[in-house]
Amino acid sequence: MNAPVAAAARPHPLRELTLARLRLFFREPGAVFWTFGFPLLLSVALGIAFRNRPPEPVSIAVESPQLQRALQGAAGVRLELLDDEAARRALRTGKVELVVQPGPPVVYLFDPTRPESRLARALADAALHPRGPPATIDAPVTEPGSRYIDFLIPGLIGMNIMSSGMWGIGYVVVEMRTRKLLKRLVATPMSRAQFLWSFVIMRALFLLLELPILLGFAWLAFKVGVAGSLPLLVGVCIVGAMSFAGLGLLVASRAQNTQTVSGLINLVMLPMFVGSGVFFSTARFPEAVQPFLRALPLTALNDALRAVMIDGAGPSGVAGPLLLLAALAAVTFAAALRIFRWR
Amino acid sequence: MEAAVRCEKLVKKYGELAAVDGLDLEVRRGECFGLLGPNGAGKTTTVEVLEGLNDATAGEVEVLGMRWDRNEAALRQRLGISLQETHLPDRLTVEENLRLFRSFYAQGRPVDEVLEQVELTDKRATWTVKLSGGQKQRLAVACALVSDPELLFLDEPTTGLDPQSRRQLWDVVLDFKSRGRTVLLTTHYMDEAERLCDHVAVVDKGKIIALGTPRELIASLGGDEIVELATQQPLAPEELTGLPSVKAARRSADGIALTVEQLHLALPAILAHTGPLGLTRLSTHHATLEDVFVHLTGRHLRE
Repeated sequence: MNAPVAAAARPHPLRELTLARLRLFFREPGAVFWTFGFPLLLSVALGIAFRNRPPEPVSIAVESPQLQRALQGAAGVRLELLDDEAARRALRTGKVELVVQPGPPVVYLFDPTRPESRLARALADAALHPRGPPATIDAPVTEPGSRYIDFLIPGLIGMNIMSSGMWGIGYVVVEMRTRKLLKRLVATPMSRAQFLWSFVIMRALFLLLELPILLGFAWLAFKVGVAGSLPLLVGVCIVGAMSFAGLGLLVASRAQNTQTVSGLINLVMLPMFVGSGVFFSTARFPEAVQPFLRALPLTALNDALRAVMIDGAGPSGVAGPLLLLAALAAVTFAAALRIFRWR
Repeated sequence: MEAAVRCEKLVKKYGELAAVDGLDLEVRRGECFGLLGPNGAGKTTTVEVLEGLNDATAGEVEVLGMRWDRNEAALRQRLGISLQETHLPDRLTVEENLRLFRSFYAQGRPVDEVLEQVELTDKRATWTVKLSGGQKQRLAVACALVSDPELLFLDEPTTGLDPQSRRQLWDVVLDFKSRGRTVLLTTHYMDEAERLCDHVAVVDKGKIIALGTPRELIASLGGDEIVELATQQPLAPEELTGLPSVKAARRSADGIALTVEQLHLALPAILAHTGPLGLTRLSTHHATLEDVFVHLTGRHLRE
C-alpha cells in the first residue's frame, strides 16, 4: 500500500467542509443579501431617521400680553397668547408643553413626566428671572462619538452577528437534516465535531468580509469611526460570532423541520432585539431586569463593541463581556455536539 | 473467511409494529446479494440496521467480522453507502461533492477515476440540482465508491430511473463486483435482482420467505415457463393441473397462471382443454422472480 500517495491525494476534511459551507452561501443570492445588504439598508434608513437636526422649539401658552413680552426674547420658544380655558385645552391635547399664568406669583402649568414640558418650564423660568441662577455656558455637542448614529452602528453590527449566526447556521443545519444529508454524512467516517466546526469557522471568515463593509459604510456615510484598536474590534466580533454560532447549532440540534427551528430562533433572538441595546440603551429598562439583560450574549457583545468603537477601550476594558461570550461559545458548542440529532 | 454480513434473529420494532421480524441473513465475500421485496417489506430498515444507522430492537449483527457497538470508526472507513434518498447539496458541483466525501476517508480512490467510472466526467462542474435523476443517482453511488469500500450498500439504486440509466448503474455495480468486492442491494425490480445478484432473499412483512440463487428460486416453481390464459366460460385452476408438463396452476388477477416445465408438451393439451370454453387470451413468458414472489405470497411485488 502506498500510504504517502494516498495521504497526499486526500483533501483535508475540515477544509472541504468549510469550503462547501462558503460555496453554498455565496451561491445563494438571498442569503448574501440578508447578510451583507440588509444591515447596510437598515443603517441608511436609521441614519436618515435620526440624523442631527436643529432643536425643535417648545410651545408655551401665555395668558397675558405682559408675559408674552417678557418671554419674547427666550431662545427656542414658540409663544401663543390664549385665554385660560383655551390654554388649558392646548396643554391637555399636547399642542403646548407649558402654560404660564400671570401672578404674582407666576404659575407654571405642566406635566412633569413630559421632558419637553420640563424643558419649557426651565426656558420660561430663565427668561423671567434673567439673574436668577448662576451664569453657565451651553456647549452644544455634535462631535462624532456622541451622536445617535455612533450608538446605533455598533448595535447594528452586534445584531447582524447574532442574526446571521442564528439563521445562517440554525436554518441550514435543520434543512440538511430534513433532506437526510446529515444521515448520509454520518454514514461516512466524518468527524462530527469537524462538521460543526466548519460552521463556526465559516461565520468567523464571513466577519472578515462583513465588518469592513459595515465599518467602511458607516465611516463614509456618517463619519462613524473606531476610537479603539481595529484588531481588538475584529477580535470582539469573532468571539461574538463564535458564541452565536454555538447558539445557532444548539437551537438546531434537535429540530426536525424548518418551521420548528424558525420559531426557536425567533424565540431566542426576540428578547435580545429588544433588551440588548441595539436601538436604545438598556438603561431604559427597570433596575430589576438589569442583571438578566446583562447576561444576554448580545448585550455583552454590544457593550464590548461600543466600548471599543466609542470609548476606545483596550483589551482589559472588554475582558468581562469577552469572557462571557467565549464561555457561551464553549458551552453551546459542547452541548450541541452532545445532543445533536444526526439522523 | 468470515461472511461480509451476517445477522441473526434481527428484530426492529416501531412501537407495536415490527418492521423487521426475526430476519436471518448471510452475505458472502465477493458476491452481490439482493433483498427483494415490495415497498414496506422491511428492506430499508434491515439495511439501515446493517449500515449502523438504525438500532436493532433485538438480534445479532456482524459486518466484515465487526460489530457496530465496538468498531464503528473502523467499519465506517471500509463501507460505501448509498441511501434510498439523499439530497446532496443543490449548489455544489459533482466534483465538489465527491471531493467532500473523499476527504472523510483515510484511504480511497482518486476523484477523477470515480467520475470516469460513473460516466460523470463531463458533468464535473455541474451543480447537483441541474443533474437528471439518473445522474444524481450515479453521483450518490460515486460518493459511496470514492472510499474504495470493501462492502457496498445500495438501497433501491435504480428506483424511478429510465432503462438506460438503470443499465448504466448496473454496469457500475458489476464492475465493482468484478474486483472481488461485496454488494448488498435492495430492489423491487426482479430483472435487476436476476441480472446483478448471486443470491437473492425474498423479503415480505419483515421476514425472509425464500432464499437462493435466482436460478434456484425460479426452479423452485417446478418449471421455467409461465402460461397465462383467460376463458369466456368459468374454469377452475385445478382442472388444468393434471395436463402434461403443467406443474402448478393458480388464479391470477384476470385469469389463470400455470407453471409449465416444457411448453411443447403442455401447450397442445392446454389448447385442447380450453378451446371449447372460449379461450380469449393466452401468453407465455420465462418464469421470473416476480412469479416466485406471486407464488409465495399470492401478491405482486408492486402492489
